[in-house]
Amino acid sequence: MMRAFFRVAWQVMRKDMTVEIRSREILLTTLLFAVSVVLIFSFALVREGRAPDDVAAGILWVAISFSGTLAMGRTFERERYNDTLRALILAPADRPAIYVGKLLGLLLLMLLVEIVLVPMVGLLFAAPIFAYPGMLLMLLVSGTLGFAAVGTLFAAMLVRVRSRDTLLPVLLYPITVPVMIGGVRGTAALFQAVPDEPMARFWIGLLLFWDAIFVTLALWTFEPVMTE
Amino acid sequence: MQYLSVVDVARHFGRRKALSQISFSCAAGEMIGLLGPNGAGKSTLLNILATLIAPSKGEVKYGDQGANDGADVRAQIGMLGHDLFLYPELTARENLEFFAHLYGVTDVHSTATRALHTAGLVDRGDDFVAGFSRGMRQRVALERALLHEPKLILLDEPFTGLDQTSTAALVGRLRERQRAGCLIVLATHDLDVADGVLSRAIYLKDGRMVGSDTGSSNLADRYRRAMDRGPRNADSALWGGE
Repeated sequence: MMRAFFRVAWQVMRKDMTVEIRSREILLTTLLFAVSVVLIFSFALVREGRAPDDVAAGILWVAISFSGTLAMGRTFERERYNDTLRALILAPADRPAIYVGKLLGLLLLMLLVEIVLVPMVGLLFAAPIFAYPGMLLMLLVSGTLGFAAVGTLFAAMLVRVRSRDTLLPVLLYPITVPVMIGGVRGTAALFQAVPDEPMARFWIGLLLFWDAIFVTLALWTFEPVMTE
Repeated sequence: MQYLSVVDVARHFGRRKALSQISFSCAAGEMIGLLGPNGAGKSTLLNILATLIAPSKGEVKYGDQGANDGADVRAQIGMLGHDLFLYPELTARENLEFFAHLYGVTDVHSTATRALHTAGLVDRGDDFVAGFSRGMRQRVALERALLHEPKLILLDEPFTGLDQTSTAALVGRLRERQRAGCLIVLATHDLDVADGVLSRAIYLKDGRMVGSDTGSSNLADRYRRAMDRGPRNADSALWGGE
């Protein structure tokens, strides 16, 4: 049973990655958007090579959330073109497995963007990204997972709605506020002049808690929301 | 033996009545046509039969199972929509193998090869679907829908955009599945092609079933007569009046 679940999730993620590797559409647009956001903030805030204190974490998470929203919309737009989402839903597979596959594909794309984004923020805003690399990685993965878990569910729900591009951020941002707060505060604790390791650890714990809640709720609600 | 039973099914979208009081049943080995003008509710009914939409009222039974039986029921259904449910960025083989995995087919590679062979596309299996003609895509899409050997095959406007050769090939493939004991339900506007193919026609107008017959010729005349019998005011069904 669980083997079939993960086989379907793996196949959906693999299919999304194959399509993305061939088109590079979502990765390039998302990356370009994220890099532009960071550059604009650096032009606005960095004076004589010196960035204000404690802004790097906020800028990093703004870029992650905005570019992630763009990727979510595009991922499901692709399923809408040839109505392939209906074919996925019609398959005799566990529908939550399809959700997990789409979530993993999106998570991977967002983490690829972050591989470019984090060093860029470190460079432009003098953030100590190598001080606690393991904890920073945990913050990024857990924060991105919580954000993507809610976003994948909403993007799937809105795929047939005409004003989906407007509605997605309107629904997504208020619900993911706890994840954004955790990500920003945890990252800020690591980026400050004297890193606050216990505080970062606290926020990682809280992010993992929210991840568990969001993923569980999404798995529970995906099947009913996908049946009209 | 009846396989599919539709009992007093209705579907509303807000105030709009898309379907009302639809009841019929069909046996395995039949080819049923859902006929009617645009907006008659054919696609909505197909989506309800496919378990993609839940009816607002009534129920659909698949043998002794209902739509709530989930994956067990979906495993018996193969659907070909007007949009072909294929990924243009993947090759024909990749599409077939992906869906074979999803449908839980055991020998994925040889099933995909067999499907490509049946579709007459063995030589084009590694080509991207984006480069295929409508007819070729339709053949791949049909084989995609049949990969798991479903008992119930649902087709929405399957003849649209096909030339005569492709249409004949599609009809041949459907007849072969019908002989194998599958129940086929197709929604179409193309009465010329459907004439002589269907074992039964169900006529829909403004969301209501206005007739059903089993004749084997003069489908256009039968269709016209059924439409004349239907509700005269199209808006009455749309806005809830009777």
